[in-house]
Amino acid sequence: MKSMINKFGLPRIIIAGFFLLLVMGAAYFDMNMPQLMGDVLRRWGMFGILALAMVPAVQCGIGLNFGISMGIVGGLLGGIIVIQLNIAQNPALVAIHPLFAGWAAILTAILIGVVLAVGIGYLYGLLLNKVKGSEMTVTTYVGFSVIAFMNMVWMLLPFDNGELIWPNAGKGMRNTISLASSFSEVMSKTGEFSIGDFSVPTGMLLFFFFMCFLMWLFMRSRTGLAMSAAGANPMFAKAAGINVDKMRLVGTVLSTVLAAVGILVYAQGYGFMQLYNGPMMMGFTSVAAVLIGGATPKRALIVHVLVGTFLFQGIMTLGLPVVNQILPEGNLSEVMRMIISNGIIIYALTQTKGGDGRE
Amino acid sequence: MNKKIKDFLFQNKVVILFVILCVGATIASKQPLTFVIPELFTRIARNSFIVLSLIIPVIAGMGLNFGIVIGAMAAQIALFLTTYWGLTGISGFIATVALATPFSVLFGYLVGRLFNRAKGSEMICGLVLGYLAEGFYQFIFLFVFGGIIAMNNPTLMIATGVGVKNTIDLKDTVKYALDTVPMLTILEIGFYVFLIATACSLGIKFFKKQAVDWKKTGLTVGIAVVIYGLSFIKPIEQFLSADRLLLLSAVEVLCFATVVWQVLQFVLFKVVKKNSEDAGPNTYDPRRSLAYIGAAAVVYGLTYIPALYNVLIMVKLPVMTYLCIAALCGFNNILLRTRLGQNMRTVGQSRVVANAAGINVDRTRIIAMIFSTVLASWGQLIFLQNVGTMSTYGAHTQVGQFAIAALLVGGASVQKATNKQALLGIVLFHTLFIVSPLAGKELFGDPVIGEYFRVFVSYGVIAMALAMHAWKKVAKPKEEDSVSIDESDSQILRV
Repeated sequence: MKSMINKFGLPRIIIAGFFLLLVMGAAYFDMNMPQLMGDVLRRWGMFGILALAMVPAVQCGIGLNFGISMGIVGGLLGGIIVIQLNIAQNPALVAIHPLFAGWAAILTAILIGVVLAVGIGYLYGLLLNKVKGSEMTVTTYVGFSVIAFMNMVWMLLPFDNGELIWPNAGKGMRNTISLASSFSEVMSKTGEFSIGDFSVPTGMLLFFFFMCFLMWLFMRSRTGLAMSAAGANPMFAKAAGINVDKMRLVGTVLSTVLAAVGILVYAQGYGFMQLYNGPMMMGFTSVAAVLIGGATPKRALIVHVLVGTFLFQGIMTLGLPVVNQILPEGNLSEVMRMIISNGIIIYALTQTKGGDGRE
Repeated sequence: MNKKIKDFLFQNKVVILFVILCVGATIASKQPLTFVIPELFTRIARNSFIVLSLIIPVIAGMGLNFGIVIGAMAAQIALFLTTYWGLTGISGFIATVALATPFSVLFGYLVGRLFNRAKGSEMICGLVLGYLAEGFYQFIFLFVFGGIIAMNNPTLMIATGVGVKNTIDLKDTVKYALDTVPMLTILEIGFYVFLIATACSLGIKFFKKQAVDWKKTGLTVGIAVVIYGLSFIKPIEQFLSADRLLLLSAVEVLCFATVVWQVLQFVLFKVVKKNSEDAGPNTYDPRRSLAYIGAAAVVYGLTYIPALYNVLIMVKLPVMTYLCIAALCGFNNILLRTRLGQNMRTVGQSRVVANAAGINVDRTRIIAMIFSTVLASWGQLIFLQNVGTMSTYGAHTQVGQFAIAALLVGGASVQKATNKQALLGIVLFHTLFIVSPLAGKELFGDPVIGEYFRVFVSYGVIAMALAMHAWKKVAKPKEEDSVSIDESDSQILRV
């Protein structure tokens, strides 16, 4: 019994128990369970890739990457450029199929986002190699600074598409950009089927699993193994002839790229892109998700991403309606989100022995 | 000499950069100094206390305390309760302080315990802890107040009766409670406190049968009585009964006091020299006195320049608030001379050495956190009584970030921070805060750009300081041992 608890981890048992409690609560209040479960699946697919971005970061040894906002910024830029170019409305593409045009748009956005993220991630990785041992603190604030810097950039970028800029000749880009005319829900709608109210966003889930599969393949490749070794024990890896700094760089770039892809998948599922301070705390959400799934600052696996995102998003989705039944005033589910996501991060930080461990 | 200048420039690069930035932004904003300076003094009064509360954890080696947010929350809980109970004025303010203190002691203790479990990652831990505490805080204000504890007050609570409203108006309760304490009252209370303290110390000395320096005691009491007596003279009484001090008068009084003090020292020096030739090496230098007096004269002369005069008569200082800030500076300095302060410094230098020297490292760190949290809560109260409204769910959120950024702008680092750096940092950071939206409007035609810029600066300066600190930590083991020892030695001296 005790070994099982240890294997599964106390926080996970508590959170899984809480999730089950919410499911029971939802059933008790006679809620539309199929629809809620469909929502859980949708949000699982939406957030999954952002959480997946933690895997290469943790495995290569930079720890929990609070700075994925840098990759997110790259992805957002990709999305904006696609909207500016109006690819989704291109008559030639729409003529084939509206969904095809949407796919063309989001894939272009992802491509641009990935290219940008590779550059950003490389620079970011160079910085992280200079600050070994305090990556988490530095990345958090570098991430915040980049968001704050981009706030100015969003104001000044010379885009002029009506979807992007404030109406009536305001300055700068909108806070929330609707994707209705570009790639809103293209992935979710592809191959979507419903059983009653329970709808499955097949395309998005497949894309998420495909990304996980690619990550899984990479982790088993020569580079992936070397990267994990460099992260687990840098001294040993160095002795074995692995270039630790280079492996950390690879991991950081991969993490940043996945963040860029992740935000676009998230945006299409949500139907909107949020600029300005929107992505500021996304790093925390992703970190919390993998930690709930069982990851530690030293080790994160794809299964942690799958389990963690499902539990976290499940709680978030079910929490809102269930809690509102019990306490209709105020936004208790937001309070719950804050306590759960930050509580799990604190728990993880106090479990590992210090940032540098050199006493 | 050239190298010296280069070193000086390099060591103060952050400060110099921000001085240039501030001057540039002020010029670009096209605002007259009569607008910027009064605004700046208001902000100094508001924010100094909380920035100064960051110094103790830095000395104890716990880095920049992002956990002061929790102290601010304690202050706001206390302030809400006293507002709900209808306490007003300075007595209400004191009651709030008294209520906030036990809360923040408890919170500080808990934060300290937590930080002891996450040694080396206190900063990220403190940051996340702030967000976690935010969750609990919202829970208390949205559900516990009104939901669990019944509260009936339509001006404070949301219409449903559960949860506190977004903003709490302090106009009729504690707004300016501390700022407007008249100088006369301060003097009076200070006089009686001094008398009681002297009596107590005499009593203790008498009880312990220690020698009492009657002459010295008599002299100090005499001076106190004379100063107190002066306040009964009509014009002085009138001057003192004002609740704000004109900056012009403050400068004049300061110049006058400097001259008196230096003359006094000079006289004492002459008297002592005559009385005892073997008093040991006297460090007093009459030339320095002359320099001080000269400087005071020059400063006094400067007040007659019209441009400066116009600024000086625009600024009104809240005396009590500035006295509190000065007291905290003094407290930080005195603490470092006590045994506890020395222990904190040792712990900050190296936990291993401290442990070997028999210092209880964990306990010292917890005490440092309690100090910082309590001071932060008082700082937040000073801030709120000056602002006059409390944004229930927003007043505390940026506290840690802005305070830390201000400290860093003044040239402090993760390992080293002084009162001077804190005060300089506040001046620079808040100048930038005042003028950057206006500069943004002038330069880009949009004040929002300037607002984003100042937020970027506050994040950026923290990111830079953290990266520099981490960089140094990595680079250090590679250097020769002797160099690093030298460095830490000189650091001890510099702190």
